[in-house]
Amino acid sequence: MEKQTKNKNLKNRAAQFWKTGLLLLLTAIILTVPLPAQKRMIQIKGSDTLVNLVQVLAEEYMAKNPGAAIAVLGGGSGTGITALINGTCDLADHSREWKQKELDLAYEKGVKPRIFAIAIDALSIVVNEKNPIDILTMAQVGSIFRGEIKNWKVLGGADQKISLYGRQSNSGTYAFLQEHVLNNKNYSPDVKEMNGNAQIIEAVTQDVAGIGYVGVGYLFDQNGQLRKGIKVLKIKKDETSPEYSPLNKEAVYSARYPISRPLYQSTNGKPSVAVANFIRFELSPEGQAIVEREGFFRIGKELQAENEKNLK
Amino acid sequence: MISVKKKSLASEFKEKLIEKLLATSGLLVLMILASIFALLLITTIPAFKEINLKEFLTSSRWDPTSPEKPEYGILSMVVSTLLVTAGALAIAFPLGLGVAAYLSDVANHKVREIVKPIVELLAAIPSVVVGFVGLTLVGPLIARIFKLSNGLNALNGSLLLAIMALPTIISISEDSLQAVPPSYVKASLALGANRWQSLVRVKIPAAISGITASFMLGLGRAIGETMTVLMATGNARSFPHGFLDSVRTLSANIAIELGEVPYYTTHYYALFALGLILFIMTFLINLTADLILEKQKRKLQ
Repeated sequence: MEKQTKNKNLKNRAAQFWKTGLLLLLTAIILTVPLPAQKRMIQIKGSDTLVNLVQVLAEEYMAKNPGAAIAVLGGGSGTGITALINGTCDLADHSREWKQKELDLAYEKGVKPRIFAIAIDALSIVVNEKNPIDILTMAQVGSIFRGEIKNWKVLGGADQKISLYGRQSNSGTYAFLQEHVLNNKNYSPDVKEMNGNAQIIEAVTQDVAGIGYVGVGYLFDQNGQLRKGIKVLKIKKDETSPEYSPLNKEAVYSARYPISRPLYQSTNGKPSVAVANFIRFELSPEGQAIVEREGFFRIGKELQAENEKNLK
Repeated sequence: MISVKKKSLASEFKEKLIEKLLATSGLLVLMILASIFALLLITTIPAFKEINLKEFLTSSRWDPTSPEKPEYGILSMVVSTLLVTAGALAIAFPLGLGVAAYLSDVANHKVREIVKPIVELLAAIPSVVVGFVGLTLVGPLIARIFKLSNGLNALNGSLLLAIMALPTIISISEDSLQAVPPSYVKASLALGANRWQSLVRVKIPAAISGITASFMLGLGRAIGETMTVLMATGNARSFPHGFLDSVRTLSANIAIELGEVPYYTTHYYALFALGLILFIMTFLINLTADLILEKQKRKLQ
């Protein structure tokens, strides 16, 4: 009798063993079969200037399309572009254009980037609120960050050593300023390199001799109020031209504010249906309204037309 | 009879197996170390196709993404790393030795039992939290004391690293003071020395190699620390002229740039070269510490 139960137990066990094995095998097969495209998570990675904006856009989009899943990560434009080249994201956010080296590497790996402009950013130059200076020319900003002007006295301010704050070299903002304002010259080695826009604002708020550069979106707190403790400088294109503040929307739309740039997203080749739908949402009047609400500026007709072409 | 023999055979086999397993895990650690070193070395070599080794070691300009001319000089970063670390030890060592002497000689048993675990708990604070304290608390404090416009400098980094190196220094120094045979102190006291004299002239010299080792291990901890200095020292690339200058250490530079660097470019390989330099620096320090500890062990036996 006992022996029989033992036998039965053994048989049961064997059966169970096979069942589990079969189940495991099935799971393995299911896992290797690619899931339908719209169920897959869209991975977005890149520019820290864009990360908050794209996060908000993604949340609104997911609220409207329950099937959609989007993950947004920061890390810098370089990080995003590298991720796109290595195939670890679907959409790269970048606040500067592709470098030739990156394009070469992409083509080498069979990645064909398509670039979409989704918003316009104006780079603002901020100083401490106690700083008496209100207006600088592009050339002066360039000299300050190249380390040629070292004291506020030279510019009509207090006799104080200028304390420079900037982004790290992986930031699109860093590259943009270097290209457009520093005329492709080196930054001063005295620039303190902070981890993000928010840290620069924080540092300039505490430092009476500080000057930093941040995207316009970061000048406002959650309630849309201009942050306390900082002053946003008005910028002149050159000595003779009138000055404009990046807070003046009309000046940015019309490209009269001199330090502005488009913000981009790139895909590898023609975007998949899911990704294309998200990009369409970003470019729609609704998406562009969010862009404005987040402190950036909507894109003009010319760039829109180019985007449309890239979507096809 | 047979079953006994069988059992002994089985247990012998088991013993052999365990022995082999332990030997393998020992070897594994060695292999991991060797392969990390090999990886660093292999990835470093391509960097020197474009970079002049002499310039790499002696130039103080580091600007690989420069639109003018990429520069790969590590001198400022090496000096910054040494500066921050030396500052940290100048603060942590006297303080740590003082606490260790207090715990081993002055404090009663109960106090020691409470204080020592708390000191060791200090080591459990995540470095990013220490960095945050530096950014928001120590930095503004330094700015106010030295009348600077900001406190993101080498001194800030040193203070924070001192806090992080303290647990190692206190714990090992205290252990080595405890390990001094009581007969030494008894003899000293019997000769008429007071407690302070016996501590400073007998006990500390007897434990000196353990104390030195604690110092070296603290150094090893401080020199490679990344997140804290990254957050607290401002990361300016210029050559430092003092503790009140903003500095960028080797580890901070790797952390800042490795995330964005286009792969398989000179810049990418150069970052591995930085890693190799840092690895050699910490390796030498830890090796020295080990040799000193070994020497003490032999002396006390």
